[in-house]
Formats: sequence, structure tokens, C-alpha cells
Amino acid sequence: MTVDVPKSFQEIILRLQSYWSEKGCAIVQPYDIEVGAGTFHPATTLRSLGSKPWAAAYVQPSRRPTDGRYGENPNRLQHYYQYQVIIKPSPPDLQELYLGSLEAIGMDMALHDIRFVEDDWESPTLGAWGLGWEVWCDGMEVSQFTYFQQVGGRDCHPVSGELTYGLERLAMYILGVDHVMKMPFNDPQKPIALTYGDLFLQAEEEYARWNFDVANTKMLLKHFEDSEAECKAILEKAAKDPKTGKTIIMAHPAYDQCIKASHLFNLLDARGVISVTERQAYIGRVRALAKQCADAFVQTNAGGAAL
Amino acid sequence: MSDLLIELFSEEIPARMQARASADLKKLMTDGLVDAGLTYSDAVAFATPRRLALNINGLTKFSPRISEERKGPRLDAPEKAIEGFVRSMGVPKADLEIREDKKGKFYVAKIETTGRSAVVIVAEVLERVIQSFPWPKSMRWGSSSLKWVRPLHSILCILSDDVESSIVPVQVDGIHSGDTTFGHRFLAPAEFSVIGFEDYVAKLKKAFVILDPTERVDIIRQESENRAFANGCELIEDNGLLAEVAGLVEWPVVLLGTIHESFWDLPAEVLKTSMKEHQKFFSVRNPKTGRIEKFITVANRETKDNGATILAGNQKVLFARLSDAKFFWENDLRTVRADGMTLWRQKLADVTFHNKLGSEGERIVRISTLSKELAVFTGAKPDLAEQAAQTVKTDLASEMVYEFPDLQGLMGRYYSESAGLAPEIVTACEEHYAPLGPSDSVPSAPVSVAVALAEKLDKLTSFWAIDERPTGSKDPFALRRAALGVIRLILENNLRIPLLVAFGKAYPGADKYNLLSFFHDRLKIHLRDKNIRHDVIDAAISKAGSDDLMLVTKLARALGVFLETDDGENLLQGFKRANNILSQAEEQDGVEYSFGSDEKLAQMDEEITLFAALKIEIPVIKFALESDNFQAAMEHLAKLRAPVDAFFEAVQVNTDNAVVRRNRLNLLSEIRAICLSVADLSRIEGS
Repeated sequence: MTVDVPKSFQEIILRLQSYWSEKGCAIVQPYDIEVGAGTFHPATTLRSLGSKPWAAAYVQPSRRPTDGRYGENPNRLQHYYQYQVIIKPSPPDLQELYLGSLEAIGMDMALHDIRFVEDDWESPTLGAWGLGWEVWCDGMEVSQFTYFQQVGGRDCHPVSGELTYGLERLAMYILGVDHVMKMPFNDPQKPIALTYGDLFLQAEEEYARWNFDVANTKMLLKHFEDSEAECKAILEKAAKDPKTGKTIIMAHPAYDQCIKASHLFNLLDARGVISVTERQAYIGRVRALAKQCADAFVQTNAGGAAL
Repeated sequence: MSDLLIELFSEEIPARMQARASADLKKLMTDGLVDAGLTYSDAVAFATPRRLALNINGLTKFSPRISEERKGPRLDAPEKAIEGFVRSMGVPKADLEIREDKKGKFYVAKIETTGRSAVVIVAEVLERVIQSFPWPKSMRWGSSSLKWVRPLHSILCILSDDVESSIVPVQVDGIHSGDTTFGHRFLAPAEFSVIGFEDYVAKLKKAFVILDPTERVDIIRQESENRAFANGCELIEDNGLLAEVAGLVEWPVVLLGTIHESFWDLPAEVLKTSMKEHQKFFSVRNPKTGRIEKFITVANRETKDNGATILAGNQKVLFARLSDAKFFWENDLRTVRADGMTLWRQKLADVTFHNKLGSEGERIVRISTLSKELAVFTGAKPDLAEQAAQTVKTDLASEMVYEFPDLQGLMGRYYSESAGLAPEIVTACEEHYAPLGPSDSVPSAPVSVAVALAEKLDKLTSFWAIDERPTGSKDPFALRRAALGVIRLILENNLRIPLLVAFGKAYPGADKYNLLSFFHDRLKIHLRDKNIRHDVIDAAISKAGSDDLMLVTKLARALGVFLETDDGENLLQGFKRANNILSQAEEQDGVEYSFGSDEKLAQMDEEITLFAALKIEIPVIKFALESDNFQAAMEHLAKLRAPVDAFFEAVQVNTDNAVVRRNRLNLLSEIRAICLSVADLSRIEGS
């Protein structure tokens, strides 16, 4: 059996989309707020809470301001893509499903050495943790595989299985490219062939400069505090909406403010204005918001509350 | 007799937990079976990344039938008492027997415990063991309520004898036991059934699974050595890594790769650490160049291309990793060559050591001052010790140590050497953290010792000052280890350091006496391991000057030896007797008999002899003590044994003659005093 090798970054994404679609996941679109990882998407964070079954897959643009290298590093970027799969309850054959997805994106399973190596996942900002592995392919970490045990400080019942693929690194490996910026983004045989660099090199440089040296820290700090205040204010509102007379707990709008605060913290961190001691305090503040949002979500219909 | 085979098949078990888990499975199962009345001849357990297995041979088929009789209340006892007996025995009243003795009639309950079959017992015990397995960290999955290290998929549980084999029906959280298992995840994933242990092991091997971890370890070691040898190289052994790697594979395949030559000049420790921590590779040395030029990686499978793709992938990952390491190394070298270690030292002013104790930079200043003070005790040049202390921590600001914290100290050695610093400083960089544990080697170079002491004393006094002392099992700042480090540095280098003075020159505000008693506790533990009794150490510590640990230890050693001798043991008795008589008399008379005795008042020969002996020995003992010659002091103390024994044999202290009595008590006081001047013998326990 010869393996059908993909030609481009986008083909790998498309294949993952169709694979997980076929396996029954809702193909959700990326969230429209800056986040540090696919886990922050409410389709994962909030939907992993409560008792309702859930299956979703999506690409999530992720931003890590401190990882910016002006587009020079072969695989470090301040903006990159994660592919995220979340299934609740985690199916018994999740490992097999995952391995099937590697085959679908062109990995010859007869030639590679795939290993599940212990790696316990924890997100102090989300008050979340789980047990699982990092998945190694020939010694390279290609995915994170986690069974969520707690999110927003709440026990997960049932447990969600979460898969996170670092798309650039995985694609570079499959396509045999040494520098991310040289990776074909679309089909290189087409008249207008674009590389990853054609799409992102310019932006990487610009953001690296802004993240490290230009972003207005006073303003960011104020935004952080505004988001925090707004998140709390939203959740303090009475559940009953005076206008419609309906019970409307606003978990999602509050959670938006929580992830904004988290990203603002990351920006402040990249500007180097947060000391080691303060760091923990900021993370604790975001975690407190995440916990309140989780508490609110499980009281809503989508969160499995019987209303 | 039957044989029992159990396999618990799950998703990948963390390598570091496997050995413990298989041992736990064996212990919990065999204990449970024995408690339920079964016996067995032997048991052995195994683990792979995906399974725990246990084989028990010679298991009895039934637990024994037991009949017991219990005596109950009398027939005329209150109804309540009879009802209570019936209830607690679980026997209907009609089935109770009535017996008679001298006092009358009473009830007897006969309890028959029928023997139970091994099948029932095994199922019961295994279910319980699975439900309450002591994983260090466990999890739920799907909608399960069961907790296991990772999702548990199947349970194989069969009892077999020469004739047949049958499944022991077990059911845990929806998982039903069977007689089947699975082979290697990729090479032979199909399900197959087994009839007994030998069949199980053989079929697993055919399905590319080597059950026994020691066998996997042997294969990896053997193959790695062979591969290295065939390439004219030698494997650098690493047993911890070997055990870990054996826990990551069911079918080990050893592959040898070459490190790109542009990385050969990196320090060997950097190559080793990077390859081990990130990739779990073994390092392979070329004996001709002495460099690490190759690596061994262990794959979990065979492939058509004999591992070519796997090796190429691993090599690529390694290239990226080592590019990072090389980048850090070269950046760091550039920095130190351009402006020495100054820039890093400045950077450390912004790094918090502890939020109540300021920055690493401030700590460096304190350690430098203290090192200079301690230099006189270790025989180092004070200025050199100070300069070394200013340098030893600077590698914490390097990029390499940021990436590989384990390389702290070692990188300091490389970088200070490149910065052209004095060899004593270079050595101190590497050695100043030592000793890190009871078996770690202790530095002896005077500069290293001064800085190593200062580093630890600063840590201890500063945490004492902010009241962060170890409690119970909690010692987050490893202060016990630091104190043991100081003790070993002092004892193994024969240093005479008044610790209270040293504390006073270190971080201000610590309760010095409390810290000293912490040191005494650690010293006791340290010396106990060297077979010195704790009461002997107490006796030595309780002497003045107990902040000089070298002296305390010397005294404890000499005292320990002395008390082992006949003279020592008897003199101790004499001391205790003198002490008792004196204490009683002093309490009774309300005076302290320390006026000195008068030889002229001695009446009996034994008394006179004792006076004479004391007259000779006391000055000698005092002189020996002044020159810290404890052995000599003990030897002369021993000479008092015979006259003291004879004195107590013949002389009655409490006579009617008040003058003679007083004189004898004063004599005892002198004996007590000379004994106590050597060590606090009242602390010595036992006869």
C-alpha cells in the first residue's frame, strides 16, 4: 500500500477536517478572540463541563507573544495553528481514532515509530488538568493527548478526551520541510504557489516588534483590569432577564472576558513587565475568572442543567 | 493445585510507574488470597507499557472448611443477651445447642465455614484490588467511575491445571474478564486467547511483546553495546535511562545514529543531558577522540526499511535540539568572553531568590561576604574565596542553564574557565553545590569548601530568619540537606568552625540556638549511620563548645569507644553511683558539695588510694582536654576505675561522723566533676 502524501499545509488541515467530520465530530470554526491554545475555545473549555455528550473538531489560531522570533526561527512562531479534537465522553477507541488521523494525513504507519509518552497536562490559568501523553513520532512530539479530569476547578463527569496537534510542526515533518516559512501553504504546482512565509513572515516580524517593544503596557494593564471587572460584573447579574422574563445566565460573554484577560496577561508577560512573584498572582486572577465562568456554565441548559 | 494468570491490559502506563505497579499487584493479590484461606507456591509479576501481569503457581483449589464452637449465655440469661448472641453468631436460636456445666445450662453456637472455591475467592480479591489499586496518580475516562492509571481495556483472568483452563468471571465497571489479550499495538494488534502462563508468554512473543521487563533491559543493553562496539565506539551506561526506555517499548529495536559533527565540540554533559532529557537517547563515545559522537535510540518496532525512516526522523529531531543547545552555548561563550561574568551577575539582581529574601543578586553579595569570613577556617585566601563566591552562581543567568537546570555549576565551570578566571574559582563553580546528598562526594579544595559552606549557611540562616523551617515531611527548600552538607563539609575536611559565630556573620535575625539544635539533630542522624549511639552524641553535645561540630564528633567517637571497654562501662557505673549519692545528699542537706575534699580526713585505705589517684589523674585529664586529646583523657579517666570501684566496695559515704561524711561527699563531687569535664555522662542510657 502506498501512502498518499499531501502536498501542502492546507491539505493536511483539510484532511484532518474531513477525517474527524467522518468520525462524527462537529467541525467548529476558530474562535474569534485571541487565545494561547485551542483549549481556550469555549467549544473545549465550557463544553467539557456538564453531562451533555459533545464531539467537536476545529483549527484554532493560537498566539504566544513570548515565542515570537521575527520569523527567523525554523519552528517558533508567536502566531500558529493548533488542531483540536474534543469528544465527551471519551470513546474507548480514542487512541485508534487518533492513529487513524495520522494515517489520513499521509503518515505511513508501517515505517514510523509512534509512542505514547507520559505527559500530564495542566493549565493553571484555566484551573484545568488531565492525564495523558505526548505522542511521539520517531522521537518528535506531534500531539498532546489528554483525558480531562478537571476544568475551571470542576471535576469532569463524564470525562472528555482531548487531542491537540501542533499543525506546523506536524506538517513540516510530513512534508519534509526544515523551515516553517518555506512550507508550501497551498499546492506548490498551482500557478500562484504560496509558502507559509508568504502568508505570515511579514506579520511575524511586525508582531514580534510590537509584542516585545512597542505594546503600551499601561493600556494593556488597564484592559486586563477592565476585562476582569466586566467578567465579574456579567456573572453578578441576576439569572432572570428583566426584559424577556427568561432565565439567561451569561456564561459565554463572561468567558470571553476571561480569555481576553488571559491574552492580555500574555502580552504583558512578553513585554517583560511582570515579575516572577507577580506572575503567580496574575495567573491566579485569570483562574478565578475561569472558575466562575465554569460554575455559571453548568447552570445553563447547554451546561447540562435541567431547567 | 491450579495456576492463576492475570493480565490487566490498558492504554500506555507511564514508564516510571510500571515496576512499582507490578510489585503492588503481586503483593495485594497474594495477600488477599492468603487472607481468604488459599495458599500458593510462588508468584511473579511483570509489566509492559500496556499491561500488568501476574502468574501464581500452585494455588489451592479451595479454602479450608472451618468449624468453630462459641460459648453463649446461660439459659436463664436475660432475653436481650440471648437475642444478641443469636444475632452476632448468625445462627437461628433453634439451631443452638444446649450444654451443661457445674453452674448450669448454657447455649453453644456451632459455626461452620464451608471452604470456598479459588474461583470465587480470586474474583473477589481481584475486583477489590482493581478498585483500590495504589497508583501514584490515577484518572477516570469516558463515563467510568473506575479509576486507573490510564483507561483499562481488558482483564484476563484464568485458572488452569493439567487438565483444563477456565476463565475466572470478574466484572469491574463494565469490563468482563476473559481469556484473551492483544499483541503489539502496530505489529500484531489482533486479539488471541491463552490457556496458561507459558502459552501466554509464548504467544505474546509471537505477537511482538516481550513480557519480562528485565528481558527487555537485557536486550537493550546487549544490543546497544554490540552496536556501539561494531562501530568502534563504547556505550555510556545509564541504568536509570535503561529502565525508563524498557518501560516505553514492548518490542525493543536498538538503532544507532550519528550526531552531526558540528555538535561534537559541545561539552559532553550538554550532549548527554540534551539527548537523555528530551529524546531518551543513550550517548555513545568514540574512544579515539573521547567525544560523544553517536547515539542509541530504542524503537518499539521493526520496519521494512530496518528502521531507516525512524532513525532519520530521530536524527532530525536531535539536530534541531542540538542546534538550540549549540546556539545557547555559543551565545553564552560570546557573553563571557566579552565581559566575563559581570553581565550575568547584574542580571541576577532581577531574579527573585525568595520573595521575603530578595534577589539572587543580593544572595550572591551575602555569600561573598560570608565566604571571605569562612576562608580563614578552610585555609583559603579570603579574597579568592570572595571572588569565587561572586562567580559561582552567575551561570544561573546563562541560556544553557535556563534550558537545562541540571547543568548548573557545571556550566559555571566551563564559562568561568572561558572567562579566564583562576583555577580555584573554576573548580568552586562546579563544586560549591556539593555535597547534595549523603553519598555525594565532598569537596576538599579550600576555596570550594569556603563557598560551599557559605552557600548553605546563608540558606539556612535566611530561611530561619523568616521562620521557614522544615516541619515533619515538609522541607521544600531542602534545608535538611543543606545542614547535612555543612556537617559533612566540616567533618570530612576536619574543620574547626564555631557555628554560632558563623551564624552571626550570615543572614541576620535567625534564632541561632534553635538553628544549632537543628544541626545537632542532623548530626545525630548522620553519626547514627556511622554507628555512634544517640546518647553518646548527646553526652558530647551537652558539653560546652557544642557549636564546634568537629570537636563534638571527635569527643563522641572517643566516648563511644571508651564506653565499649570494661573500664568505661564500670567507670560509668561509678559515676552514676557517685552522682546519685551526691544528688540525694545535696537535696537532703540543701547544699552543694563542691568545697573540695581534704586528704587528711581520709580514714580508710581505699579512700586514701582514691585521693592519690585523683591527685595524679585530674591534672593529666585536664591537660588532655585542653589540647582536645579526648582519647588520652579517656585513657586517664579509665585509670580511676579501679580506685573508684574499690572505694564504693569498702567505704560507706554516709557515716555518722558529719565531718567525714562531708569530706567524702566533696570527694564524690570531684569525681563527678572530672567525669563531667570530659562529657555529660548523665546522658548515657542503660545499665
